[in-house]
Amino acid sequence: MSRRLSQGGRLIDRQSRLSFVFNGKPMSGLEGDTLASALLANGQAMVGRSFKYHRPRGIVASGAEEPNALMNLGEGARFEPNQRATTTELFDGLSARSQNHWPSLEFDVGAVNQPLSRFLPAGFYYKMFIHPRSFWKHVYEPFIRQSAGLGQAPAERDADTYEHFHVHTEVLVVGGGVAGLTAALAAAETGAQVLLVEQTPHWGGRSMVDGGSVDGQAVEAFVEGLLERLRGMPNVTLRNRLMGAGVYDHGYVLGYERLTDHVAEANGPRHRLWRIRAGQVIVATGAIERPLSFAGNDVPGVMLASAMRDYVVNWGVAPGERIVLATNNDDGYRTAIAMKRAGLDVVRVLDARETGGGPLMAEARGLGLRIDCGRAIGKVAGGKRVAKVAICAQKGGGGALEELSCDAVAMSGGWSPVVHLWSHCGGKLTWDAEQAFFRPDGSRPPTGADGKPFVSVAGSANGHLGLDGVLGDAVEVGRQVASNAGYKLKRTKMPVGEHEPHLPIEPVWIMPEKARPSLRAKSWLDFQNDVKVSDVELAAREGYESVEHTKRYTTLGMATDQGKLSNINGLAVLANALGEDIPQVGTTTFRPPYTPISMGSIGGEARGALFQPVRKTPMHAWHEAHGAHWEPVGHWRRPYTFLRDGETLHDAVAREVKNTRQAVGLLDASTLGKILVRGPDAARFMDMLYTGMMSSLKPGKCRYGLMCSENGFLTDDGVVARIDEQTFLCHTTTGGADRIHAHMEEWLQTEWWDWKVHTVNLTEHYAQVAVVGPKARKLLEKMGGMDVSAESLAFMEWRDGRIGEFDARVYRISFSGELSFEIAVPASKGAAFWRALLDEGEEFGVMPYGTEALHIMRAEKGFIMIGDETDGTVIPQDLGLGWAISRKKEDFIGKRAQLRPHMTDPDRWKLVGLETVDGSVLPDGAYAVAEGTNANGQRNVQGRVTSTYHSPTLEKGIAMGLVLHGPDRMGEVLSFPGTDGKTYEARIVDPVFYDKDGEKQNV
Amino acid sequence: MSDAIRTARGFVTVEELPPQGMIVVRGDLGLAPLKKAVTQGSGHPVPGKLEINGGFGGGVAWMSPDELLVFCDRAEASTTAETMTGTLGQAFALAVDVSDARTAFRLTGTGIREALAKLSPADMSPGALPPGRIRRTRLAQVPAALWFATPEEACVIAFRSVSDYVFDLLANASAKSAEVGYF
Repeated sequence: MSRRLSQGGRLIDRQSRLSFVFNGKPMSGLEGDTLASALLANGQAMVGRSFKYHRPRGIVASGAEEPNALMNLGEGARFEPNQRATTTELFDGLSARSQNHWPSLEFDVGAVNQPLSRFLPAGFYYKMFIHPRSFWKHVYEPFIRQSAGLGQAPAERDADTYEHFHVHTEVLVVGGGVAGLTAALAAAETGAQVLLVEQTPHWGGRSMVDGGSVDGQAVEAFVEGLLERLRGMPNVTLRNRLMGAGVYDHGYVLGYERLTDHVAEANGPRHRLWRIRAGQVIVATGAIERPLSFAGNDVPGVMLASAMRDYVVNWGVAPGERIVLATNNDDGYRTAIAMKRAGLDVVRVLDARETGGGPLMAEARGLGLRIDCGRAIGKVAGGKRVAKVAICAQKGGGGALEELSCDAVAMSGGWSPVVHLWSHCGGKLTWDAEQAFFRPDGSRPPTGADGKPFVSVAGSANGHLGLDGVLGDAVEVGRQVASNAGYKLKRTKMPVGEHEPHLPIEPVWIMPEKARPSLRAKSWLDFQNDVKVSDVELAAREGYESVEHTKRYTTLGMATDQGKLSNINGLAVLANALGEDIPQVGTTTFRPPYTPISMGSIGGEARGALFQPVRKTPMHAWHEAHGAHWEPVGHWRRPYTFLRDGETLHDAVAREVKNTRQAVGLLDASTLGKILVRGPDAARFMDMLYTGMMSSLKPGKCRYGLMCSENGFLTDDGVVARIDEQTFLCHTTTGGADRIHAHMEEWLQTEWWDWKVHTVNLTEHYAQVAVVGPKARKLLEKMGGMDVSAESLAFMEWRDGRIGEFDARVYRISFSGELSFEIAVPASKGAAFWRALLDEGEEFGVMPYGTEALHIMRAEKGFIMIGDETDGTVIPQDLGLGWAISRKKEDFIGKRAQLRPHMTDPDRWKLVGLETVDGSVLPDGAYAVAEGTNANGQRNVQGRVTSTYHSPTLEKGIAMGLVLHGPDRMGEVLSFPGTDGKTYEARIVDPVFYDKDGEKQNV
Repeated sequence: MSDAIRTARGFVTVEELPPQGMIVVRGDLGLAPLKKAVTQGSGHPVPGKLEINGGFGGGVAWMSPDELLVFCDRAEASTTAETMTGTLGQAFALAVDVSDARTAFRLTGTGIREALAKLSPADMSPGALPPGRIRRTRLAQVPAALWFATPEEACVIAFRSVSDYVFDLLANASAKSAEVGYF
């Protein structure tokens, strides 16, 4: 049984007790505990059940590599699944629940999978669920979804806030152990700007537990000294609880800062995503111990040797009373020594090496520990807790020589450098046979845009496991990186680290070496995804030679821990099964993030009101207060209609159309693009931009124009006003404002750079109101100011002047077929101008109208709408707009493309009006069917609906569409099957339904 | 007394300022009439690349190799633009009143660089962006330009249509308890 020791624990405060709840059970811990250390202190060995077989699982590790102790943390709006207990700092009131079991952790129905495990081999899902096809959606997937998955999905909206933070630094050091601190100091001493980040709340890394000395002083004192010096340097920033999550091109590094996860109640953001641009990155991320693959290595109570001594030294927690240790390297003895010194019973040390280890073994022996060399664990027995261990010869097949009763097992299979951040951006690895691990290949580093290395690696991450090697490497790397960043190197004193010499490791990938199949089927490689030695071997037998394929077939390393403990063991087993060397098999790809980061941190501030910018016109607030039913148009919100009490949308739109046609309506047209084009070559430029002739336009006049892409397709339209000889104002569609401005600039900057033309996007400088209807002029005349009579301001003319007390530019243009004035005022006056028009217009029955009324009125007049009648494949000729294409001009953008055979094909569908025979409204986008079927057995088509509305003016459905030979087929009736099962019959008619001669707009 | 339209107080104080006079100038920045017109309109000489002379009410900012933004008194903006146009004469250059296209914000406090670094990917360190330097960048999802008038005062301009978004962004980024402690 694990428990709190009466002494020790460098990170805990025994005076500060904290209460927490695990699976509804109140427990207590200490300030400084992690959730894992507190659970162990409370004797909780079992912390969850495994993914596939629902086997009881305990805490294996003490840090980011933990595969088993994943918790549903928090409640309600602060609930979060899959949180590692080993990296969760305990706080008062913490509430955790274990995962993947039903009905309870102790008794779980899913454990029935366990006896069936021989029927659930690698690739089981692929083999089982492929036939019959139809079963997947309705039978297999719902079933698997029910039984698979670790944590629960949160049900409530996240109550916390998150943010981003952008930082530029010359040197970024990831990892606050001795290597990171030493490298940071070496770099900072040259004057380089250094940011050092550490994922845990503590500095010094493993050395604080593993000990050793530097320059004759204890390593703790050395670390303190380093920290003191770094904190005193103005060019250094130290941040802990900040994990280097990923390294990307161009020195871009993501850092994940956990600000409030460790406190009960806190204000401010919970996580902060650091978006770092680093000139140089030093990866000092240490190493992770590997498990040993023996039968029953997943039973609660089996733990990494290093984790075991972490719990004793850091948190004063005994992992058990009677401990068996299995190792293949000298480092494992540190745990035996630490356990013994803590007063625990180390029952036996099993050293897989025939001749055992060096000075550390001697030290352990000196403490009176029994050490068996050439011995291995054959099997661990126990259900919810280790009960006993069968000992066997490492070279054998697992025949038990002896059984030992114990309640904890420590395993040390050697160490693997944490090479993730080195590898993210292309750093290569090399197999170090002597130390039995992959380490970074310094000759093949990640390189930047200049072809030079931008990531370096120092310390244990670079394959140095001893203090002496770590410190020398760190100083050298720190200085090299500062030199890369352009700083001059001064002489420096090299710290000298000392630690006990180690004898070589003996790689052990399967324990014992010739373990029989029944043992291999109980030897776990990937604890989180339930992948065993036998699964990888089966994959090899079934032909999976690539490690990447084997990973996906067996799911090895695909869980939330991304195989931090399992990858190297797994690929070694694969290499063994394939009869190849480990370097030939290679590793899978290391991808960011290093450990999972919260979705909230990725979103940052972009949630709620800040999720997306909403563009608002100067009259937006008025609209909001007066029943606007919004329609998104790009990032703008425009009123679709203004709803009055008791009205449906349909009613409101009909009212707005009728009122505009009979009295006067107001449209907020501020969103339309307004681009100023000025310069000696402006007229020439306009002639190229538009299909029509703009150079002949006289100042004071307006002309409707079309713009095409260089491929000839219609891309935007609008009214152009000529301001003076050198100046035009181009109106664009709402969605086209920024795009068309960019289009103009692109042509001016890349093709016609010698033309003397400037453009200015004035869209947001003006508020624009369309005053529309037979009483529009009366309203403006009442407002006073400029002369808006037909004589002074004819149709398609504009004038500057004043309307009431407002400086205004008035355009006599119409998109509705009515008498219409579009009036631009400075945006800051927009809201006041709008209100003035409403006040003065009351006697004329003025009403605002929205975009739907606008659409209906333009459709009644047969005016096209970019985005309705056009979709990127339509040319002006298709829409009967040939009149707007100048034949006199030598060239314009799109002219050449419109001469292509496909563009001049008489079979292109052409614009017509469509009128249902019964007055109903055609479905939008419906196709007109033709005789026969195509090669795919689909019904042939001969046209489609592009716009369709109920016309309140004509009291019937009206539509526009593109139809094969349409203009030649007036009066013909087409069939449009709807998605509602009905077929609509519509007659081809002229697209102008209302006031064909334009008498109303021209008064 | 602040003349701000609205204010948010966190570890940084964010104010939306009343409308400022702004005139866009486009042309060859070395043209004599352009230089004369800019000095006439702003009271300051044409700034160097990425620089700003003066500030709101009287100043001129470099916006691109052929574009400047002149700051002047809001009430005088349209007449100032006309005067400048007159000075430009026949030169290939323009000066147009764009005062209402953008909204101005002021941030004050010791944490201004931090608040802005949460929203903009530009380097906000004092070395990269000292007073007198301007950056056209983005704040979260919208374009903006910003500069530091003094070590504890930053100025931001953004398009009018997204004023609410930008104000909310800045207020959120400078909320109490969200200090970073980096710069």
